[in-house]
Amino acid sequence: MSKYNILFQKLKEQKKHAFIPFFVIGDPDYQTSLTVVKKAIDSGADALELGLAFSDPVADGVVIQAADKRALDSSIKVDDAFRFIAEIREYANKITSECLLPIGLLVYCNLVYKRGVEKFYSDAKKAGVDSILIADMPLEESGLVLDAAKNNEIDQIFLVTQTSSNERIKEINKLSFGFIYLVSVLGVTGARTNFSKDVSAFIKRVKENSTLPVCVGFGISNKNQVKEVIDAGADGAIVGSAVVKLIENNLGNKEKMLVDIESFISEMKKEP
Amino acid sequence: MKLNTKFGKFGGLFVPETLVAALEELESAFIKYKDDKKFNDELNDLLKNYAGRPTPLYFAKRLSKIAGCKIYLKREDLLHGGAHKTNNALGQGLLAKYMGKKRIIAETGAGQHGAAVAMIGALFGIKTEVFMGSEDIRRQRANVLRMKLCGTKVISVESGSRTLKDAINEALRDWIANVQDTFYLFGTVAGPHPYPTIVKHFQKVIGEESKKQILDTEKRLPDYVIACVGGGSNAIGIFNEFLEDKNVKLIGVEPAGHGLNTNKHGATLNKGSIGVLHGSMSYVLQDSDGQILETHSVSAGLDYPGVGPEHSFLKDVKRVKYESITDKEAINAFKLLSEVEGIMPALESSHAIAYAMKLAKTLDKNKVIIINLSGRGDKDLEQMEFLVK
Repeated sequence: MSKYNILFQKLKEQKKHAFIPFFVIGDPDYQTSLTVVKKAIDSGADALELGLAFSDPVADGVVIQAADKRALDSSIKVDDAFRFIAEIREYANKITSECLLPIGLLVYCNLVYKRGVEKFYSDAKKAGVDSILIADMPLEESGLVLDAAKNNEIDQIFLVTQTSSNERIKEINKLSFGFIYLVSVLGVTGARTNFSKDVSAFIKRVKENSTLPVCVGFGISNKNQVKEVIDAGADGAIVGSAVVKLIENNLGNKEKMLVDIESFISEMKKEP
Repeated sequence: MKLNTKFGKFGGLFVPETLVAALEELESAFIKYKDDKKFNDELNDLLKNYAGRPTPLYFAKRLSKIAGCKIYLKREDLLHGGAHKTNNALGQGLLAKYMGKKRIIAETGAGQHGAAVAMIGALFGIKTEVFMGSEDIRRQRANVLRMKLCGTKVISVESGSRTLKDAINEALRDWIANVQDTFYLFGTVAGPHPYPTIVKHFQKVIGEESKKQILDTEKRLPDYVIACVGGGSNAIGIFNEFLEDKNVKLIGVEPAGHGLNTNKHGATLNKGSIGVLHGSMSYVLQDSDGQILETHSVSAGLDYPGVGPEHSFLKDVKRVKYESITDKEAINAFKLLSEVEGIMPALESSHAIAYAMKLAKTLDKNKVIIINLSGRGDKDLEQMEFLVK
């Protein structure tokens, strides 16, 4: 049973939901990034989404693009990223109950393909990755990785978006493990102040056509938005750009960076 | 998807989920209209009376004399807009019109595709916005002015190498956000399915005309067909008709920039490895991790780390040979054709001319070469001003 199944089962029993922050590995450099992600675990993150920096992140808005660039400029390689995840896994196992913190990897297809799909998945597994989401790989191309995911017991995650038909959502649910990543907005990643009014209806539509837990991401930056998606039936919220922005805002002051991350996550975690 | 999305193992649709429905919608419209009489009557009328097709196949007598064999130029430079890009912009633009789209976006490198999109936006009365790297805006100023004059909004892209690759990234991001009312008019035979197939469909007229024309004048097929390759749309456009003619040698010419052994070139098929960029699997210039490399070419239209998936396929099955030409050789060809024929080629097309001249030295004098003169060089004059000083 995957860590996600156990986590979502436990949260359901407690009538809670998952808060999942996203970070780019190595943003702004390996050591700082490591401290930041550990702080996120300390502050109560239920799971992590970690991104591999890519030179051409077409699904990402300006904040994540800048984070990718900072990581690449600090010479983070894919090998370093796996070493990073292994360190985070070790840390999480030490401090979280029952070694339960799931780690998701968010990556663009070329990095997986270039390493060799099987090697990428087995390296990921060794490092302690629980799920992989490939941002630019829809169902149509998933044949490339599904065997490797199965062989290495990694949950393959897919995006569903407002443009996905009900039939397609069912199909995605069938091929997915762990959870379904629901993209709340039409657009790239990035905080939105005007959260789309259709989000609640969309979450309901996805829930009606799927059986896995549903986590909502893209555009969520505050507690009201988290409440909105949870009220609509989501099982978790993924927050990327708003968290990464706290790194960007405090590049010159690493202590404040950690304080801001801690208070942001603690605030988001507080049940209303 | 209803059509085959791949060329061998290359191609596919490696895009975020949001775009899949839009690509399906585009494919359906393409299937519906590609053989539709009304659509084709309108397109053919525009190709003829608006754009000036057929373009001539010109026997370049003085150039041939220097080369030592027979050289014909397929004069896409004479097409309205000044390059082959108009064929595709008209075709896809008409698709956008039939689909009822209210807004067209596009990427551009040299600005030829952008200018073609700007023209058809004006022609069809559809709002157009073109993404262009700030480095390309600097070196292709004339085309920026043309786009603006036709009412297009030119959006400067400051990310990455600030060239074509980054313009495509930004156009894709815009499309993801505005997918419901926006048509992405992709400029080359790369990108996710169905673009490589659609762009080929609208560009294959180049080869169809060339074959007819060479059979009329020479009463035989050419020995060589040569075209420059960035993304590769003019090359696919002229090669497609000759693919089954096994005695016709097809040669694509990539930009070697400062040289293939430097890191300043854009010779994707010569120096790249297989990867996934901009929605399709193809050869890509990348590092050992799979990060995409920045490229260099004197010609903005060839300055791209990817290439259309069908070219990757044609390379691997050895139907097309891919050679390369340096900046310097291309500039010499730009000058040569201007001086001996009074035809100023685009710097992109100058790569094809330079390679043909090299090749011709090794051939008998009765051999026949067709070069796709994909565009005219007016846009490059400012950059090449040093040649006349």
